[in-house]
Amino acid sequence: MIAETGLAALWLAAAMALLQLVGGLTLLRGEGKLTPLIKPAALVQGALCVVSFASLMWLFYVTDLSVLLVASNSHIDKPLIFKLAGTWGNHEGSMLLWVSVLSLSGAAIALLEKRIDTRTLNATLAVQAFVALGFFAFLLFSSNPFERLVPAPVEGAGLNPLLQDIGLAFHPPTLYIGYVGLSVAFSFAVAAMLTRQVGPAFARAMRPWVLGAWIFLTVGITAGSYWAYYELGWGGWWFWDPVENASLMPWLAATALLHSVSVLATRNALRAWTIMLALVAFAMSMAGTFLVRSGILTSVHAFAVDPERGSFILALMLMYTSLAFLVFATRIGTVKQGEPFQIVSREGGIVANNIFLSVILAIVLIGTLYPLAAEAMGDKISVGPPYFNKATAPIALLLMVALLLGPMLRWRRDDLKRHKYWLVGFFAISLWTGVAIWRFVPGVGIFPILGLALSLALAVAAWVPLKGRKLLRTPLPVFGMVIAHFGLAVSVFGMAAESGFSRETLTALAPGESAKVADWQVKLDDVRPVVGDNWVAIEGQLIARKGGKKFTLRPQSRQFYRPEQQTSEAALLTRWNGQLYAVIAQPDENGDGRWQVRLWWKPFVTFIWFGGLLVALGGAIALLGRMFRRPKKPAVNKWARV
Amino acid sequence: MKPKHQRLVLALVAFVALIGAGFIAAAALKEEASYFYTPATMAKAKIEPGKAIRLGGMVQKGSIVRGADGVSITFIVQDRDATQKVAYRGITPDLFVEGSGVVADGRLGPDGVFVADSLLAKHDENYVPKELADIDMNTAEHTKDTLSK
Repeated sequence: MIAETGLAALWLAAAMALLQLVGGLTLLRGEGKLTPLIKPAALVQGALCVVSFASLMWLFYVTDLSVLLVASNSHIDKPLIFKLAGTWGNHEGSMLLWVSVLSLSGAAIALLEKRIDTRTLNATLAVQAFVALGFFAFLLFSSNPFERLVPAPVEGAGLNPLLQDIGLAFHPPTLYIGYVGLSVAFSFAVAAMLTRQVGPAFARAMRPWVLGAWIFLTVGITAGSYWAYYELGWGGWWFWDPVENASLMPWLAATALLHSVSVLATRNALRAWTIMLALVAFAMSMAGTFLVRSGILTSVHAFAVDPERGSFILALMLMYTSLAFLVFATRIGTVKQGEPFQIVSREGGIVANNIFLSVILAIVLIGTLYPLAAEAMGDKISVGPPYFNKATAPIALLLMVALLLGPMLRWRRDDLKRHKYWLVGFFAISLWTGVAIWRFVPGVGIFPILGLALSLALAVAAWVPLKGRKLLRTPLPVFGMVIAHFGLAVSVFGMAAESGFSRETLTALAPGESAKVADWQVKLDDVRPVVGDNWVAIEGQLIARKGGKKFTLRPQSRQFYRPEQQTSEAALLTRWNGQLYAVIAQPDENGDGRWQVRLWWKPFVTFIWFGGLLVALGGAIALLGRMFRRPKKPAVNKWARV
Repeated sequence: MKPKHQRLVLALVAFVALIGAGFIAAAALKEEASYFYTPATMAKAKIEPGKAIRLGGMVQKGSIVRGADGVSITFIVQDRDATQKVAYRGITPDLFVEGSGVVADGRLGPDGVFVADSLLAKHDENYVPKELADIDMNTAEHTKDTLSK
């Protein structure tokens, strides 16, 4: 019954979306009879999606094996939290989550948005419903999560043990909220073009959504990176895997959009530019969903390979993107040019930010799609970290140079001479750091040196916008910006230190033997078997010594029963200045009593994720500031001449 | 610059930047993209030792040999028609077992042994590397298809 309820709710929600869309179409010819229905329909659609998603979650909770999805992804012996997380740890469930978040954000716009006029609001909801409709169709016609299985199996197939991790419970939903938040920005942008309301008021309405989506993407990417770091046991934190790129690309577009939308909101400039970025950002979200869900790429993450689903999402993506760009092409002529500015100005800095981010985005996109294009022509090619690091690192460093100066510039026009002491100071910090590393630490590459040098300068530069302000009267978004930029400096410092100074030792040890990595002396003390809920493991006890201090690490190599699989659980020893990372493997068949042990010393590696969290925190502070400070009415009218 | 032309200038700058991105990407791809081979296609194409490539296939049953230092292994990757010997130093991935799919990044050594820098094994229970889908002889028992039969 529960499964049928969920399915029925899904169909009804789709009907509500259709109603919103039709209402929106009549809106194009002025107020129609259906127009007043758009808002309630959006609310009902959101509620129905909650019912549908809750039904699926319940089915996973009770492990109803007569439902195909539960039978193929869950198991009666699985710990409860992973039974629940299993709801979205598979293709159908994650698409249901996607569309539920989409509907809920539609409902939230209907409920909360009071800054833009009713016509634009209704148009936004209609566009949102139009997007949702495609994904409802996708779910109902090609990925029904509630499909029954006759006869029901006895115990279920289980969930990939790599995915049985608390990270899984929160990583995909976080990213999906980010992706879908960008759909709201998209809907706002298309609606504003249709109702000819591209201006600061529209930008202010859109900004919290962009900011919110961007915060979730930032947290999602940071968490995903840490998950890959400790769970895969490869010692790396970013692999340029297509699925990672799929989350990075919307983030890059959202970061650019976040900056340009604030120019539109405060200065009424960069209008067409902002609209374009909003369209690109959502196109990247859909491209990301397509890449992950279609199984078109060879990836460590990719799920079921299914050409029908792949072409369905591809068709949806092409339809929405091309329709949106069609609206852009036909309507952008009616959007007047915004307020002018000099090159040396805050706007100029943000344009530089947008351009560098777009260039990085283009490079990542080309590198991710090139193997597909090559394959269509009969070549199988892979593009890996060497390409991405080499091509994006110089641009990212240029972006950091722009970031040293940009936030301290005035709006409209400024003079570099006004900032010459800062400029000389930043240059001195960078040069001193760079030369010191190059001189005293041999064999460090150019990018880590530049990264460290610029991140130190940025760690200072980030705080400059607070200079001369009364701290208590400074708006929260300014603090948010400062913290986010400082977080970036922290993160880049971690990345540069990790890539330039990591040390690795790979060896086989018998109990009692020791190995050395960086300044650490690590002894394999003992190896013993341990048992978990649905796995057995061997656990190594490693004693790490440095400077008279002693620490114990316990890496495991686990063997799961259902499905049968091995995973290694890395052991991490976190110090303020880095992490000791240890992995142990199952014994080899030679049976000489030795165990494979791999050790890394990764200096300042945790700064990467702390920095990422600081960036997200900065966003959250800015969002709070935006939510609790209503825009003044006159400011809206002043620029409202579109 | 006249304010009137600002939009045009911005559009041009963006356009030039994207063209630039295209050039950077093309140049980097030329150097860094590595071609994918199976043992059969690798045997046909004469590959220079030292060029970075990617090799995919199934790990032949009984072919994994562990070295005396405890951290080196060699194994044989096969497809329907050919085999290729691979050497690797490091901990093998969690899902690396005989008879399952593997993708190895690395280069051909002068002695004809493929030296892998990294190994990628199948990840998801429903997932087999796409390049290997047609040569997979040992799919997991728990896929959806077997359940629905």
